[in-house]
Amino acid sequence: MALLSFERKYRVRGGTLIGGDLFDFWVGPFYVGFFGVTTAFFAILGTALIIYGAAIGPTWNIWQISIAPPDISYGLALAPLKEGGLWQIITVCALGAFSSWALREVEICRKLGMGYHVPFAFSFAIFAYATLVVIRPLLLGAWGYGFPYGIFSHLDWVSNVGYQYLHFHYNPAHMIAVSFFFTTTFALSLHGGLILSAANPGASRDAPGQQAEVKTPEYEDTFFRDIIGYSIGTLGIHRLGLILALNAGFWSAVCIVISGPFWNRGWPEWWNWWLELPIWK
Amino acid sequence: MKLWIPFAVSAGTLLTIASFVGAGWDAPPVESTQLGYRGTGMVLHRDVETQEALKAANVVPDPPWVPDPAGEKAKNIYQNVQVLGELSDDQFNQAMAAITAWIAPEEQGCNYCHNPENMASDEVYTKVVARRMIQMTQAINVDWTPHVGATGVTCYTCHRGNAVPANVWSTSLEPKPAGNMTQDRDGQNVASALAGNTSLPQNALAAYLLGNEPIRVHATTALPSGTSTAGTKETEKTWSLMIHMSESLGVNCVTCHNSRAFNDWDQSPPQRVTAWHGIRMTRDINATYMTGLDPVFPANRKGPEGDVLKVGCFTCHNGVQKPLYGVSMLKDYVDALGKKGDTAVPDYTKYEPGKTQVMGADGPTTLPAPAATN
Repeated sequence: MALLSFERKYRVRGGTLIGGDLFDFWVGPFYVGFFGVTTAFFAILGTALIIYGAAIGPTWNIWQISIAPPDISYGLALAPLKEGGLWQIITVCALGAFSSWALREVEICRKLGMGYHVPFAFSFAIFAYATLVVIRPLLLGAWGYGFPYGIFSHLDWVSNVGYQYLHFHYNPAHMIAVSFFFTTTFALSLHGGLILSAANPGASRDAPGQQAEVKTPEYEDTFFRDIIGYSIGTLGIHRLGLILALNAGFWSAVCIVISGPFWNRGWPEWWNWWLELPIWK
Repeated sequence: MKLWIPFAVSAGTLLTIASFVGAGWDAPPVESTQLGYRGTGMVLHRDVETQEALKAANVVPDPPWVPDPAGEKAKNIYQNVQVLGELSDDQFNQAMAAITAWIAPEEQGCNYCHNPENMASDEVYTKVVARRMIQMTQAINVDWTPHVGATGVTCYTCHRGNAVPANVWSTSLEPKPAGNMTQDRDGQNVASALAGNTSLPQNALAAYLLGNEPIRVHATTALPSGTSTAGTKETEKTWSLMIHMSESLGVNCVTCHNSRAFNDWDQSPPQRVTAWHGIRMTRDINATYMTGLDPVFPANRKGPEGDVLKVGCFTCHNGVQKPLYGVSMLKDYVDALGKKGDTAVPDYTKYEPGKTQVMGADGPTTLPAPAATN
């Protein structure tokens, strides 16, 4: 694995949250740490259980393998292994692995004396997952409300859960989440395009046959000031990107946690408050 | 110059507050039913408070009395009994009493349909309508058992004490489009009351529950074959109908469909078969019975566009999956409403309210002089 000669000096000891020096080492390019060990434990166990679930299931077709949650009748209790119990253990493994991964990121941040922006951002993804398989099932009173672990089956679940509310596009938080997802990709494409255009200026106009000079952030700012009158700046675009992306994940979690626990009719009806505003009622 | 900022912030805040306060959010616990294999997401949620209100509003009234099926037949006692003539005198009067309680406004009673001076006369239009509605109820209970099962229906299933059932529809006055690029609205983009206040086409019921436009818009092949002409417009129209069905029954899409393949009967819950027959039954009711009575209904009993009021799924179901929670009222009125009487249909265009004394299959005739003992 590529390890540049000067990178070694950043491999300093310390900064661990748990375990002191015990796991403070690298395996090849990977920092291990206590949470590297727990990540590996949960990930390997969870994956092995998925393979076991596939082995006792009806198919080895990679698209159709599915580990389904228990029946709703089990409520918040443990279910037999082959009737959703596997799903419950795999869910614990997944949350263990994701949280361990986030804490391993924290340890690396501490080693390097950096802010915690990366683990903070990753925690939104974990939160969205936990909302689907823990928070919402707890609120509805059964683990059976979680989604199944399978490539096609989880898509079918998404489709059916949407149609539980007749027309999911009327879910206000879903609207916000979708808008953030689109805005995120829009901002990223503008940013990527701008950086690549500054780094690849093409042929020089002053000296034919030669490459033009790579452009500086001042050019980038000027481009956006010329076109929309404002440039958010080199650091600002990353703050914006982070805020947009985290909001996309956050509102996704909101849009599903309100569906069922806090709204159990069709989503179109939610908008009756708008139709009943005293302005035009 | 920056005055718009406080205005925008205030408007945004007010709308946010309105959406929190005005939307009628629910809170756990939720009453849920698993409809499919675990993990498929086929679950029906029911709001606990709404269910209590519905249960209180959907209680079957007791029959006025249990009639004696023996005795002289009604047709031999009374004049102009065309459909219920085979009932015994007691059965006939029990049915009349029940219908009065179910439908007639309290202050009018029998006189809502009858001229008290001459009970046999058809001069009050509601009597002509009522006779046709009795034929309709009998036909539903005899011919449409795939939908109504052994539970059957009575007048009360729809009327619930109202002269006109609370949930009926007529063609909707569509707002005039602005023109040019916006002129082909196709019924969309207004809050459609018959489609759960979505912006889906507002006249879908006319297309599917009066007309018989095809509902099968689903592709049966992975790639376009060029044989299906259904596009987004047709699909949205069917969605409008489906939302009407869901809202009418207090259920959701997955009650009848696995949304991974809406079209596939093998993956659909069996309720879809009942619903399929229900669509055909409603078409039959609207096309054969309701629109047929067009000449009889006065203008104040018609919709804003002058068409007769028609039935949809909500007319019987009233927000409940099995009307009246599946309690059979028909068992108390089997002879009156569970068997077909005379099925002849008069020519309603010849009906003259206030004049026609007998509206029979042979056309309007007059009653013989009433018996002195009546």
